[in-house]
Amino acid sequence: MGEFAQAFFNTGILAEAWPILLQGLWRTIQLSALVVPLGLGAGLALALLSTLRNPWVRWPLIAFVDTFRALPPLVLLVFIYAGLPFAGLELGAWGAVALGFLLNTGAYYGEILRAGIESVPRGQAEAARALGLSRSRTMTLVVLPQAVRNVLPDLVSNTLEVVKLTSIASVVALPELLFQARQAQSLTYNATPIVAAAILYLALLWPFVRLLSRLEHKRLAGR
Amino acid sequence: MTSFADTFLNAAVAAEYAPKIAEGFALTVLLALCIVAAGLALGLALAVIRAAGLRVVNWGIIGFVDVFRALPPLVIIVLLYFGLPSAGFSLSGFGATWLALTLVLAAFSEEVFWAGISATPQGQWDAARALGLGFAATLFLVVLPQAIRMVIPPLTNRTIAITKGTALGSVVAVSEILGQAQAGVSFAFNATPLTLGAVAYLILFFPVVVAGRWVETRFAWKR
Repeated sequence: MGEFAQAFFNTGILAEAWPILLQGLWRTIQLSALVVPLGLGAGLALALLSTLRNPWVRWPLIAFVDTFRALPPLVLLVFIYAGLPFAGLELGAWGAVALGFLLNTGAYYGEILRAGIESVPRGQAEAARALGLSRSRTMTLVVLPQAVRNVLPDLVSNTLEVVKLTSIASVVALPELLFQARQAQSLTYNATPIVAAAILYLALLWPFVRLLSRLEHKRLAGR
Repeated sequence: MTSFADTFLNAAVAAEYAPKIAEGFALTVLLALCIVAAGLALGLALAVIRAAGLRVVNWGIIGFVDVFRALPPLVIIVLLYFGLPSAGFSLSGFGATWLALTLVLAAFSEEVFWAGISATPQGQWDAARALGLGFAATLFLVVLPQAIRMVIPPLTNRTIAITKGTALGSVVAVSEILGQAQAGVSFAFNATPLTLGAVAYLILFFPVVVAGRWVETRFAWKR
């Protein structure tokens, strides 16, 4: 048992690694604050475009969304980070992560918001137009608020997935939480920093998992 | 334009590395099938146990689900691969990736199966019990067939998303598609293997995503 504690909960190593782990945690939070709005913005644009019933917009859009839902995010990120420089396009770690997340999470948010907009009865938009609201005010003041409320659990769930996904930035050497933990682990030959990183992730994300559970059960109960 | 084609789709490099990517493709498929089979089976088993309503057991299940919903899959893979050897177990990269993603899928699918079971109307339980069926017969013959049909759309999407995580195996030296492609890029000093890898993932997952879209409309939750 003592040996086990030495390998996984070594307090000496934890004290040493703690400052860089906290730095990593802070980067993870900054990274999330960058990629969640990026993905939401791209998703909203995709969802709004898909309300145009023009087949020349609709089908390319579906192909775009399905392509980026089919590519594993890590594959996309590695392609951008390690492939594009061969064409002279060096984005660096932050740029590559931002572009990769824009494409991948944008596609997911887009699907969710599209489903939300489609879940709002057509009569709502018709009534708003009949009352004299412009197209854009109808969308922003009448349709979108109801759409977002209808798919709120999916939006929260996807946001949780996006924050978890920031851990793949460690692969392109962006010093977020997992990267820092692996650095500390390889320097000390001890698993404590990784265990500590896992606990930090849990502390950060567990409240959202609980919230999500409650939202999902509420939706089931309300059906 | 020719140099662009030479960089990303060079015929000679493609011919040389296509067999490697094909090997990676086979390994990715094998890994994905093992994860889906074990993850869904474990998730269903946990949901069935949860239906028995033993309070202490259920707290354990909820704890398990929350932890594996909150932790990023890559963190779990790294922890199993780099951490477990300190405790005297050693998992191969394949084993670590399989176990981590199986546990994540089990957690998510338990939650979804459980949602289906609890959304089945109480009258179904009452009627089956009144007809003389025992608890197990009611659950397996009456409730589960309805519950599973109800949860097919969310389950399909979640399963696809987690299966795409097989690409994370490249971080712990599994020579699946991404691993092979990255090795190819560093040997050939050309981005073609990455392009082939991305195409291989699209061949594998694009039909799955399109099928998922179909399943979603075919088995849509009635609201």
